Amino acid sequence: MRIAVQEAPFELGAESDAFAAGVAGAGAVVTFTGVVRDADLGGLVAMEIEHYPGMTEKALTAIAEEAMRRWSLADALVIHRHGRLAPGERIMMVATAARHRKDAFEAAEYLMDYLKSRAPFWKKEILSGGSADWVAAKDADEDALKRW
Amino acid sequence: MEILYFAWVRERIGLPRERVETSAATVAELVAELSAREERYAAAFADLSALRVALDQELSDFDAPLEGVREVAFFPPMTGG
Repeated sequence: MRIAVQEAPFELGAESDAFAAGVAGAGAVVTFTGVVRDADLGGLVAMEIEHYPGMTEKALTAIAEEAMRRWSLADALVIHRHGRLAPGERIMMVATAARHRKDAFEAAEYLMDYLKSRAPFWKKEILSGGSADWVAAKDADEDALKRW
Repeated sequence: MEILYFAWVRERIGLPRERVETSAATVAELVAELSAREERYAAAFADLSALRVALDQELSDFDAPLEGVREVAFFPPMTGG
């Protein structure tokens, strides 16, 4: 299990390859990548991601440990960036490895649902007009936790 | 006790962290104490349903006791992923 909270970009291919190479016995590897989208078609200049150093790593570790307990996983990986990101840049990735794909998919969804509303990150959208808005948490994100 | 503020709570109060001497027994009492200080605190804490609190880096709630707590953080609902 590896948790990385970092400002630097990460190489999706290299991270995926390294993760898969470490779990050679697992038949299923699922990866998910979150990317800064330009929701306003050209209006978004940057996404600033703030976090709570110390608590972030603890919260992500607890979430990943819970996923390892609930599903039969060979390994799990979470990388989440902070700082200022441009549209199109990768924000984060999760990877899960299991013997069968159902465990890998479900655990990846669980990781995503929990890290969206239980890991201390906050996103701010910097718009081309010079304004900036904190992204509001969605009720749907909170509701998503109920299915687990 | 160390108090940390994140995202718009930090912006509204105007600082990321501060050291506070308090005898507040619960988070709610601490919030009341801070809100009474200055308008910017009162504005930040006006709607507690829009806020979350962590005690020593664990999510908690506003009724929680502060005994033994070293670090309190206030922030809006999280938006990771």
